[in-house]
Amino acid sequence: MSTAFPKAAKVALGMPQLRSNLAHATGAIRAKRTDVAGELDDWEELRSTAAAVKADVQHRLPELALEFERNARAAGARVHWARDAAEANRIAARITCEAGADEVVKVKSMATQEIELNEHFEAEGLAAWETDLAELIVQLAEDRPSHILVPAIHYNRTEIREIFNERMPDAPSDLTDDPAALAEAARLHLRRRFLSAKVAVSGANFAIAESGALVVVESEGNGRMCLTMPETLISVVGIEKLLPRFDDLEVFMQLLPRSSTGERMNPYTSVWTGATEGDGPEDVHIILLDNGRSGVLADEVGRQALSCIRCSACLNVCPVYERTGGHAYGHVYPGPIGAILAPQLEPGEHDDLPYASSLCGACYEVCPVKINIPEVLVHLRRQGPHGAGERAVMGAAQRVMARPRLWRAALRAARFLSRPWRGRGHVRRLPWPGSKWTGSRDMSVPPRLSFRDWWKERER
Amino acid sequence: MNAREEILARLRESLEGAGPAPEVPRDYRRALEPGTDVVDLLIDRLEDYRARVHRGTGAIADALGDARRVVVPADLPAEWRTGGAEFVEDDRLPTADLDAADAVLTGCAAAVAVSGTIMLDAGPAQGRRAVSLVPDHHVIVVERERIVGHLAEALPRLHRSNPQTWISGPSATSDIELQRVEGVHGPRRLDVVISDD
Repeated sequence: MSTAFPKAAKVALGMPQLRSNLAHATGAIRAKRTDVAGELDDWEELRSTAAAVKADVQHRLPELALEFERNARAAGARVHWARDAAEANRIAARITCEAGADEVVKVKSMATQEIELNEHFEAEGLAAWETDLAELIVQLAEDRPSHILVPAIHYNRTEIREIFNERMPDAPSDLTDDPAALAEAARLHLRRRFLSAKVAVSGANFAIAESGALVVVESEGNGRMCLTMPETLISVVGIEKLLPRFDDLEVFMQLLPRSSTGERMNPYTSVWTGATEGDGPEDVHIILLDNGRSGVLADEVGRQALSCIRCSACLNVCPVYERTGGHAYGHVYPGPIGAILAPQLEPGEHDDLPYASSLCGACYEVCPVKINIPEVLVHLRRQGPHGAGERAVMGAAQRVMARPRLWRAALRAARFLSRPWRGRGHVRRLPWPGSKWTGSRDMSVPPRLSFRDWWKERER
Repeated sequence: MNAREEILARLRESLEGAGPAPEVPRDYRRALEPGTDVVDLLIDRLEDYRARVHRGTGAIADALGDARRVVVPADLPAEWRTGGAEFVEDDRLPTADLDAADAVLTGCAAAVAVSGTIMLDAGPAQGRRAVSLVPDHHVIVVERERIVGHLAEALPRLHRSNPQTWISGPSATSDIELQRVEGVHGPRRLDVVISDD
């Protein structure tokens, strides 16, 4: 089994600045989300509908994908299909070259992060410029995103000012760490690029089967710039992003902004259907991406991970994410959703991620599409590999627990052996083989009395 | 097998024995409580986004402020073109001209009060998307009858196959410590004129 997460988590836990940045940011967004979700007295009904719409989409994926393709084509878009990341990257690079460009401007997109489009473009001698503020920060810092919505959540304002000063050639010399000043610097840095770009690359939040429309939800206007100004637009869309009807947006556009940024509505939402003469790009391409999704669909329990709308509410409430940050997960999708998505998208890898959770269930509570993340975590743990030692210990525990007398004797022995630690509440380190357990958790010290003994005493 | 056929085959294989699609319950609200004052609510929500709100088309000149060159869609009503600014009709103006304009004045297709969202669908008085994007100051005239309470009431009013932009306040970012800052790449100033005259 992979041990990447526990190792990376340990490193992250030793970084006080990171923990303080994350606690501050996730705390702020949690409060905002709770407020605006609480404003809607039909929040639970919306969640139930969204979950059912997504389950319906999963059951009808082939037919909806074909319906989308037909309608997008009829509206003037070119639709491409990509089995995996390499194929999607090849198609995107080819379209860029055919458009006579050697660079693209990018709208923030998880799908293109997932396929590592930027890295592929660089290897092909093409440049891909991130235009979302947080993505720009991460790209300038030559770092990796650590959050689905706010990829630079691990930096505070002072760190961001330093990155701009060191890496952004046109940063004003008197740049302060006021967020407004930093945003202004990014605006100036990207303005010329937006107005002169020939090709843009985007993802999509939703793909509407009945009309062939794509929807991009954003805040800064960099999305509108990319979707409107260039002549050529390439959108990389995971096939699970389909919605049957345009009217389904009345559900999802209430849930998504409130769950992700904690706003009643995000500043800008763009909807476009193929190409429109005289308005926006005339050379419009859509790359429908599989990249493991069809495999996830086969798992009856696991497929609900395909319902994810990438709001990142589950990251913000997760006690594990809040302490380790996103990098420790070692995957483009961090946090609770990443812990169930990464091992399914890349079977055989990331099998330690389903354990990166205390199973507290906060992620399920906030998920706007009601993905039962704890259920999938347990399901994946059951399917994943288990070492001989773990199997032996769990087998022995099972036999002892199945025999009441033996179980009581074991508890008595545990109480006897743990006497030296009593009163401390928990043990932080046990000698081998107990160290396997306490390496990443504290162990409670058995109390003086078992519940049964306590009950008996009480009866007396 | 090409990629399309292979992906479709994989999807079908994964769905073998999956059974019928579940029923979709639709028990959520599609309208606000009867009697809600949608104009007041819209104003409250817009101001929360730090958009500036004005009442009556007489306030258009005020909303435009000291803008001298104002881009307008060619079909913008003449009576909205008030004040001392020079109104430049968009006849596929080059991007540089849009960038040099001080403001853009448009109408809208619908406005959703509960979320403070104004929707453009390239319909009358709205122009193409670049026009309402590149100038740094956007003034939108929202006629009273275009205001609805709830998102579900607005969607049927939109021209579905046209490019749409839904606007909720001026451009903003929360990417630095999740603190909201107004004004990034989209128009940094948003003025809304609610016309009930």
